[in-house]
Amino acid sequence: MLRYIFKRLFIMVITIWIIVTLTFILMVSVPGSPFNNPDQNMNETVRENLEKQYNLDQPYAIRYILYLKSVVTLDFGPSIKKPNDTVNDLLGRGFPISFELGMVTILVAVISGIILGVMAALWHNGLIDYMAMTIAVLGISIPNFVLAVLLIQTLAVNGIFPTARWESPVHMVLPVIALATGPMAIIARLTRSTMLEVLTQDYIKMARAKGLSPWKIVIKHALKNALMPVVTIMGTLLASILTGTFVIEKIFAIPGMGKYFVESINQRDYPVIMGTTVFYSAFLIIMLFLVDLAYGILDPRIQIHKKGGDQK
Amino acid sequence: MKPTRVPDEWFKWKEKNLEIAETVSRPSLSYWQDAWRRLVNNKLAMTGLVFLILLAGMALFGPKLTPYSVNIQDLPNQYQPPSTKHWFGTDNLGRDVFTRTWYGARISLFVGLMAALIDFFVGVIYGGIAGYKGGRTDEVMMRIIEILYGLPYLLVVILLLVVLGPSLLTIIIALSVTGWVGMARIVRGQVLQLKNEEFVLASQSFGATTWRIIRKNLLPNTMGPIIVQMTLTVPTAIFAEAFLSFIGLGIQSPYASWGVMADDALGAILSGHWWTLFFPAFFISFTMFAFNVLGDGLQDALDPKLRK
Repeated sequence: MLRYIFKRLFIMVITIWIIVTLTFILMVSVPGSPFNNPDQNMNETVRENLEKQYNLDQPYAIRYILYLKSVVTLDFGPSIKKPNDTVNDLLGRGFPISFELGMVTILVAVISGIILGVMAALWHNGLIDYMAMTIAVLGISIPNFVLAVLLIQTLAVNGIFPTARWESPVHMVLPVIALATGPMAIIARLTRSTMLEVLTQDYIKMARAKGLSPWKIVIKHALKNALMPVVTIMGTLLASILTGTFVIEKIFAIPGMGKYFVESINQRDYPVIMGTTVFYSAFLIIMLFLVDLAYGILDPRIQIHKKGGDQK
Repeated sequence: MKPTRVPDEWFKWKEKNLEIAETVSRPSLSYWQDAWRRLVNNKLAMTGLVFLILLAGMALFGPKLTPYSVNIQDLPNQYQPPSTKHWFGTDNLGRDVFTRTWYGARISLFVGLMAALIDFFVGVIYGGIAGYKGGRTDEVMMRIIEILYGLPYLLVVILLLVVLGPSLLTIIIALSVTGWVGMARIVRGQVLQLKNEEFVLASQSFGATTWRIIRKNLLPNTMGPIIVQMTLTVPTAIFAEAFLSFIGLGIQSPYASWGVMADDALGAILSGHWWTLFFPAFFISFTMFAFNVLGDGLQDALDPKLRK
């Protein structure tokens, strides 16, 4: 187990290093300097001083080392387009909000997805099954930004819910629904199919023969095993929720990290793009690592220390 | 007590019935014929298939059905509701939404199909070699995949687009850079299973080259999972294109793509011009739905274990 953790940690560090290097290479390969904008009509000396301030006059190797240092010390430097803010300021302001939005979304998606999936499996081929699976297919098919706009049009324009901003729990309702529907649908489908499989197994028959109540069988015996695949896809779902926050925050004007990220892309604010990308990637990679660990702990049958383990 | 013998007269000599022996209880079907038969029986998957065929037809001929051009602005006629003149209404610049919707379909289908094709070629070659060679080669190739798999897909795509600049070609390149990993894993897994079968050994003993064995023996037997994976890649790519266009990194306005149209419509829906959003939104969703149900249907149809 310990060996496995170290191996995974090693791969994780390499992945983050690749992301960091990739962002660096991509950013230096952009032609021109961010201050070389013909519209601004900038004085030559002013431009050189500005470039000096952002170390843009140094050779690539030195800039790369400085950049690695800034990543290790988690200090991404000042923003170019918002001179009063450092990248860390933006992250510090935006991350708690995005994190809150993401966590609420995951909770809603997991809980409602499991309930929907279990109900569909218990009443297999019944009305509830068809309804749940229709919801699930719709949820997978409708992109989150389309859903968000539809929700605004139907529920916010006439004043039932606020259209924008992030102030009270009521403000959370629409963004969370828009973000959670897709992951919920995936969880529901997965839970349904594994649940159907588990319910035909011998130990469930045994529990039934013992005279356990149907609810006890479902909750205590079947659900536990049916939920393992859900744990496996948590990593992928986290990634999709995270990228989903970019558009959702843009649409609902939520002052989270995604909004700064999209803004920085549109303004070509390279320090902010680099900082947020590295931060997002590192966050996601660490989460994936934790999900994998949780999986190994939850399912005793998984021998993760086995050599050349083929995860499929 | 002695065991009682079954008396001989209980047995009856049965004549060999030549007629019955020769009748074929069900028609002999090849793998693909059988898969097709099962797919046709799946109503949801067929709905998806029919929708996609219609959509492809409209993407080709739809823009020619109207007298309007995609990007011609007609400001006096902005925000016209759907009518006999403009079937889907007009948008904020007076452009015909019907014409733009089918142009958007062209972009979406093109991006989706190209992404799936590139995934197919790269994934099959990479996965095929890793699975067939095995050993050291496999080990190294899988390590690379493991690292690529850990990279957040859309973030990498966004980074690439920031640098390459947004255009149709760069979107397809960016989507393909990491998209093939899933396909490579599936092909490798299948090849690993198949390569020890006897028909492969037979080919090897005839002196067939690696490439020939992969192409002639291994690939045809993996086609099922590969096709399913391709049908499921398409909606992912279509979603990614719409998503990127929506945050301003994809196809640029004035060119029409469903993501661009939805982005343009964002300001308009608060004032009640629902049609500018409804049509692109409906077609993105329904196209993704169609590919998803078709993929599910193919998965059931191409799985020999589910044969009835």
